[in-house]
Amino acid sequence: MSRALARARRAGAIGRTAMVHLTLGGYCLLVLCPIALVLLNSFKTRAGIFEDPLGLPTKATLSVVGYGKVLGDAAIGHMFVNSLVVTGVSLVAILLLGAMAAWALTEYGFRGNRLLALFLAFGIMVPIRLGSVAILQEMVALDLVNTLTALVLVYIAQGLPLAVMILSEFVAQVPQELKDAARCDGVGEYRIFFQVVLPLIRPAVATVAVFTMVPIWNDLWFPLILAPSEQTQTVTLGVQQFVGQFATDWNAVLAALSLAVLPILVLYAVFSRQLIRGITAGAVK
Amino acid sequence: MAQVQLTNVSKSYGSSQVLHGIDLHIADGELVVLVGPSGCGKSTLLRMICGLEAITAGELRIADQVVNELPPAQRGIAMVFQSYALYPHMTVRGNMAFGLKIHGADRKQRDARVLAAAKALHIDHLLDRRPRELSGGQRQRVAIGRAIVREPRLFLFDEPLSNLDAALRVKTRIELARLHRELAATMIYVTHDQVEAMTLGDRIVVMHEGRIQQAGSPLELYEHPANRFVASFIGSPTINLVPATTQACSAAGVRVEVHAGCVVDIPVDAATLAPGQPVEIGIRPEHLRLADGNDASTVVRFGGEITLIEQLGESHLLYLRCADGLELVSRAPGHTRLRLGDRIALEADAALLHVFDAQGVACARRAAVD
Repeated sequence: MSRALARARRAGAIGRTAMVHLTLGGYCLLVLCPIALVLLNSFKTRAGIFEDPLGLPTKATLSVVGYGKVLGDAAIGHMFVNSLVVTGVSLVAILLLGAMAAWALTEYGFRGNRLLALFLAFGIMVPIRLGSVAILQEMVALDLVNTLTALVLVYIAQGLPLAVMILSEFVAQVPQELKDAARCDGVGEYRIFFQVVLPLIRPAVATVAVFTMVPIWNDLWFPLILAPSEQTQTVTLGVQQFVGQFATDWNAVLAALSLAVLPILVLYAVFSRQLIRGITAGAVK
Repeated sequence: MAQVQLTNVSKSYGSSQVLHGIDLHIADGELVVLVGPSGCGKSTLLRMICGLEAITAGELRIADQVVNELPPAQRGIAMVFQSYALYPHMTVRGNMAFGLKIHGADRKQRDARVLAAAKALHIDHLLDRRPRELSGGQRQRVAIGRAIVREPRLFLFDEPLSNLDAALRVKTRIELARLHRELAATMIYVTHDQVEAMTLGDRIVVMHEGRIQQAGSPLELYEHPANRFVASFIGSPTINLVPATTQACSAAGVRVEVHAGCVVDIPVDAATLAPGQPVEIGIRPEHLRLADGNDASTVVRFGGEITLIEQLGESHLLYLRCADGLELVSRAPGHTRLRLGDRIALEADAALLHVFDAQGVACARRAAVD
């Protein structure tokens, strides 16, 4: 009887695992479908896109005309650079400032510590876009409209609260004795942060990096209102130029969108490797 | 190397005071063990000497220099933590050299010092490993090595052996004693384990509720405990405390009635006691032996039934319940053959007894320490 029970239990476990995989697989499919569609159609002729939007590119419909158009356009290259600069600078600033703020908030008991943490938590709850008008007015006053600086500043403000929140949790888990040992070793507070604490929370930093960078790269709103000039357009905004009022160059739009996925994919690969390394390093004791 | 002087040092967190006016002098090259139950303030005191906790009041001198306000690094100390606190992302070499690197020692000097310390601790083959690849004992040595390479004036140990298993603890304890002899360094060692305290310390400081109860050599504490707390804390199994009543008191001795029909003269300075007072007499389990039948007024005697026997090999622990409900522990030689429920009589020489007054303060024993 116990063997039957064990078999039933094993069957149950297999059933559960199957359910989990089914759910995850289904979700994956759901998320990947639009991306696959964009990718597929970017390799088709215009006629091919409209005749059979869900079909694979055939001999007759295969075409890379969209990529030719996009890569041949110098402006698009410039937009890529803009996007990379904005995302990169924002990301570095958010991670650095976020980690330092997290360290300060968890390690030092100064007056107003709680209040500051609460203020940052508020930043997670209230979407920054609510302040778009005020932000635009401020940028006009500072003469920062149509500069990448404006975007970087806004994105730092947007990303910091969550970064501080997540990193605080991880900084708090660094054992007190480790910091004490460093202080006995005569290590200054900045060095303790950079050489002891930061290496230990690297997996958390990678996680925050992934969470932070995707919305910045994909953002259309702030580039549209703060930096719509030709010089400062980001890829997400720039692609819109192929979308016309009367005719849309679908080949170019889809090709540009496909290309826009690439840099973020590379960055994700870099961080996720850190992420996995961090997790396994902790597991193998 | 340096001497340490604490003068009226105290510590408060808000309104609650955890250390009350600690006065302690630690001589150059001495190994002092701070011992006490958890929450007695011993770790706090160590962290204050280290500089990780601020000193609320009083003065701390290391090598005749007031260091109250100095950060840990400028006090010339090195601390070994209970959890070892090794940097997990650095190799053993990196861990040991980190402090030196911060202080700007050049690479050659760093390597030489790390290697010397590693050789002394037999961890030179582990230098390129990371802490998580090491066993508990090895990590412990790395932590000690990290302290040694800094060549501090004062070593601080915060329960360094409590994460090791029993066998390794004994081994490491012996190595620490050897290390202390070799380095001739001043060391302060915190533990709650009285065996570690007795075996390692040149001097033991027993703490309780934020106060020093007694400071002295291991044997001094064992033979002349200042109060009931020290007597109970030092010695295993715990000292037997038996209520008694004084009959006659003088500076030369006290006559007490332990129970009906057992009156004994104990050679302690009882000038502060008055006849008719309740006192407690302390009897070490190892001083209680099977009575040989000769009646003498120089022994105190108890009769009762054995309720438990713990056989340790070299000795037995006999748990005795007397007719009046009194419970006693005796350490009898290992060859004693007794069974549960046997009725026996135990006795102890009066010269070996301790007397504590109603407040728990000991009367000075007159018997010479041998």
